[in-house]
Amino acid sequence: MADLSIDFAGIKSPNPFWLASAPPTNTGDQVMRAFDAGWGGAVWKTLGNPIVNVSSRFGGIDYGNTRMMGLNNIELITDRPLEVNLREIREVKRRYPSHTVIASLMVDTKEEWKEIIERAEEAGADGHELNFGCPHGMCERGMGSAVSAEPKVLMELASWAVEFATKPVIVKLSPNVGDIVEPGEAVLASGAHGISLINTIKSIMGVDLDRMVPMPRVGNASTNGGYCGPAVKPIALHLLSQLSRHPQVGRLPISGIGGISNWRDAAEFIALGSTSVQVCTAVMHYGYRIVEDMIEGLSDFLDERGMKSVNELRGRAVPQYKEWGELDLSFRVVADVDPGKCIGCQLCYVACMDGAHQCIHLPGRSEAEARAAGHTHIPKVIPDRAVIAKGGAPGARVPFVDEDECIGCNLCQLVCPVAGCITMKEIPSGKPSETWNDRAQRGDDFVPGGLRVTEAARKARGERA
Amino acid sequence: MSIHSPHLPVSPEGRLEERFEEKNPPYDDAEAIAEANRCLYCVDAPCIKACPTAIDIPTFIRKIATGNVKGAARTILSQNLLGKSCGQVCPVEVLCAGACVYNDWEREPIRIGRLQRYAVETAIAKDPALYQAKPQTGKRVALIGAGPASIAAAGWLALEGHEAVIYERKELPGGLNTLGIAPYKMKVEDSIAEISWVLSLGNIELFPGVEVVDEVSGQGQISTQELLEKYDAVFLGLGLGADSKLNVPGENGEGVVGATHLIERLKADPSLRLDGVKRAIIVGGGNTAIDIAHELSLLGIDATMVYRGPAADMSAYEHEMLHGRADGVKVATDRVPVAVVRDEKERVCGLRVARAENKRPVPGTEEELPADLIVLAVGQNRATAIARAFPGIELDGRGRVVVDAKTGRTGNPRVWSGGDCVNGGKEVVNAVAEARVAAQSIHAFLAGA
Ligand SMILES: Cc1cc2nc3c(=O)[nH]c(=O)nc-3n(C[C@H](O)[C@H](O)[C@H](O)COP(=O)(O)OP(=O)(O)OC[C@H]3O[C@@H](n4cnc5c(N)ncnc54)[C@H](O)[C@@H]3O)c2cc1C
Ligand SMILES: Cc1cc2nc3c(=O)[nH]c(=O)nc-3n(C[C@H](O)[C@H](O)[C@H](O)COP(=O)(O)O)c2cc1C
Ligand code: SF4
Ligand code: SF4
Ligand code: SF4
Repeated sequence: MADLSIDFAGIKSPNPFWLASAPPTNTGDQVMRAFDAGWGGAVWKTLGNPIVNVSSRFGGIDYGNTRMMGLNNIELITDRPLEVNLREIREVKRRYPSHTVIASLMVDTKEEWKEIIERAEEAGADGHELNFGCPHGMCERGMGSAVSAEPKVLMELASWAVEFATKPVIVKLSPNVGDIVEPGEAVLASGAHGISLINTIKSIMGVDLDRMVPMPRVGNASTNGGYCGPAVKPIALHLLSQLSRHPQVGRLPISGIGGISNWRDAAEFIALGSTSVQVCTAVMHYGYRIVEDMIEGLSDFLDERGMKSVNELRGRAVPQYKEWGELDLSFRVVADVDPGKCIGCQLCYVACMDGAHQCIHLPGRSEAEARAAGHTHIPKVIPDRAVIAKGGAPGARVPFVDEDECIGCNLCQLVCPVAGCITMKEIPSGKPSETWNDRAQRGDDFVPGGLRVTEAARKARGERA
Repeated sequence: MSIHSPHLPVSPEGRLEERFEEKNPPYDDAEAIAEANRCLYCVDAPCIKACPTAIDIPTFIRKIATGNVKGAARTILSQNLLGKSCGQVCPVEVLCAGACVYNDWEREPIRIGRLQRYAVETAIAKDPALYQAKPQTGKRVALIGAGPASIAAAGWLALEGHEAVIYERKELPGGLNTLGIAPYKMKVEDSIAEISWVLSLGNIELFPGVEVVDEVSGQGQISTQELLEKYDAVFLGLGLGADSKLNVPGENGEGVVGATHLIERLKADPSLRLDGVKRAIIVGGGNTAIDIAHELSLLGIDATMVYRGPAADMSAYEHEMLHGRADGVKVATDRVPVAVVRDEKERVCGLRVARAENKRPVPGTEEELPADLIVLAVGQNRATAIARAFPGIELDGRGRVVVDAKTGRTGNPRVWSGGDCVNGGKEVVNAVAEARVAAQSIHAFLAGA
């Protein structure tokens, strides 16, 4: 079995699976139950000056049959007295010395930062996570995500923390910024030891159309909340990649957060540069028990790939992230429909017809019918292929892809309800590999028939022989 | 693993069972993931409680959904080593899937059995080494019979590092799981493949064609005495005995056959031909009766079940009756067989039945139902005589081996038992559940606890 243990800026953890600072880490009893279930660490629900919370405070967004594809909340940091939280942190560390407990912190003044850091360390926390991410409630007071958006302020606050702390300092960033690299560089400059991201994204989950109040409703009003859950994973992965690719910032350990629900999500974050991963929404949905699958799935995955430790997976996908200009313009795929799987719904047809390049045809149509339907290019033969899948309706037809016209956009594959029915088949383009940057370098980075002034200007500059 | 036999495992071609199509063919990855994603991942899930082996169903299904198929297989096999065949043969309609919360919502329950089969088959096909047996303990256990009970018990004991030696009087291992299960659920080779995998888990030997007897009188026999002398513990997985008879005139001779015997030949005997058979009568109203009636019907034979009580009293599962009827099985209820009718050449030509009231014949109501094959599915005898040969073992009034339900231990402190010979005939999953209890108790005993 692969070694799942990690070292995050000197903080040792039995596995990379940490609970994010949120309701699942609200109390000592919860965190201990989570450790019993297998979680390697927990970032305590953010400590600060005790504040009050409203009711209600969560909103969910469903998609199709999937409940809570996204969650948002207008909950603030802990509303339990600091003294109580610290006592429980001490108790958890006493009983679980080899698990990771990180104190998430958010206060205002320098004096407050000094006091809370000292008290968290006294209680035995293995490290601090500075919550510069909450996008609601606190940012109006110059805290939370307001800090992530102000690199100067971020650097100053984080360097106070580094000064006061003897344990590693992790800065938790907000995705609500124009360019994540700016706060990333500010963290580096502050001397902090690690980064975690993402906190939640500014959002409004919906509107109660009877009351005309956005949700979640507090009396007769609402406010913007923070969005998280499976829906935010792509955003989180992108922001993670921006930092892990950065030559300097990328050397800091990063704790990846955002929409992680299972071992596969976790593996993706780690492959894109995370050292640990944090989970909130999936635990709020299904409970601590999901970690069994995360540990087993990741460990089996590493074994199958011949990787001895989770560290070997870290960052493996980073080098394959390229700028658009570095992509191979000669690479080509076309859609390929498996008649044995197709059930004949023709969703690919309409998607391609109205949303792509009109290169999927209904079998058995004459050229005239095809033209009347809106096809401008007609392949020589449109075969009449009946569906042979077990569940296919009698008389249903398998659509036909006009490979010459197919631009390989993936749309049909993405809409096909039968997984594995449409595959994108690689076909040799016959051209050598070439990128846009290659063209720019040679000076033929324009397409004939484009703007004449561009072409003329480039030629005049002598960029083209 | 070792199997001591020149001709095993075999499934020669030309067996009638090959003609059957699978009722629930294996899922491909995409189908399994789509179905798995429907599961709600319930807490305190009713499906778990309805499974006799208490598999953590929501967890294994979630693992399928996340692509952790190996983990899903482990979750299943840790509770049920025959998880693959159970996925195929369990009456899920009255067990796990029958309890799924989707039923309360009037939606199709999760196809737990098919997902279970998918997980185990896929995981083992990819990497059979899902488990590593513990170091050898030097302790030896003999198991009588190679049905699901003994096979499962042997697997678990071997994983604990004990040596398991199985004696089976038939040439093919698997008991009724191999030779009794309806072919549209599972074929002989599927069962044998699973057994081969279990045998590979550790130090297990299988001796087919060896009968355990009270006193040895010839080749291919071993005595109960010898087992007690040579082994540290013994497990009895005897199953049930031969098909019961009706005790009516004309019953003996060609054309009248016991149901389990016929099913066994259908599954494993390439010389069986039913070409001359046009009409068959199946006597009985239980699951064996509907199974063979359904199988004959699928072979193109006009099959009628004759049952002595009203339809409501038939013990066959409703879903089995529905499927059987859909495939052409006819049912005649409230009729008691009084004689098998034979023609001048002694060939069976019908069954004389009387109308029944309270399951007793009403005089003067006799009629003759035409048939050229009569199949008796009126129960199986007990095979438990051999159990008596072990000092201390008791049988109850119905011929079942008496055990302590919490440990599976018999009145003889070195003998355990489970499966059909203890419960009187239930399902494969019950045999596995009882075998697990017994294996744990045997292991505790061998470990000196
Ligand atoms: C027709 C039929 C259909 C069935 N269909 C289903 C189904 O669809 N689903 C389901 O879950 N269950 C089904 N069952 C029930 C299921 O097959 C049994 O519950 C299960 O096989 C019992 O396992 P066992 O190990 O206790 O006994 P068995 O499977 O009966 O195995 C006992 C073995 O012990 C051997 N043996 C007995 N005495 C000796 C001896 N003295 N020496 C050596 N060997 C000996 C026998 O030859 C046999 O191989 C069906 C049963 C029948 C009869
Ligand atoms: C109800 C709720 C409360 C949260 N409270 C905090 C908090 O106190 N401090 C913090 O840093 N993040 C907080 N978060 C954000 C999470 O820690 C996490 O960054 C975010 O939910 C993204 O992860 P996920 O997609 O796994 O939920 C909260 C999230 C939720 C849903
Ligand atoms: S290929 Fe997919 S989307 Fe297109 S008709 Fe077949 S099943 Fe429908
Ligand atoms: S063993 Fe049988 S009853 Fe139990 S979950 Fe599997 S299919 Fe259902
Ligand atoms: S009851 Fe049904 S939905 Fe719930 S866990 Fe079991 S199989 Fe899944």
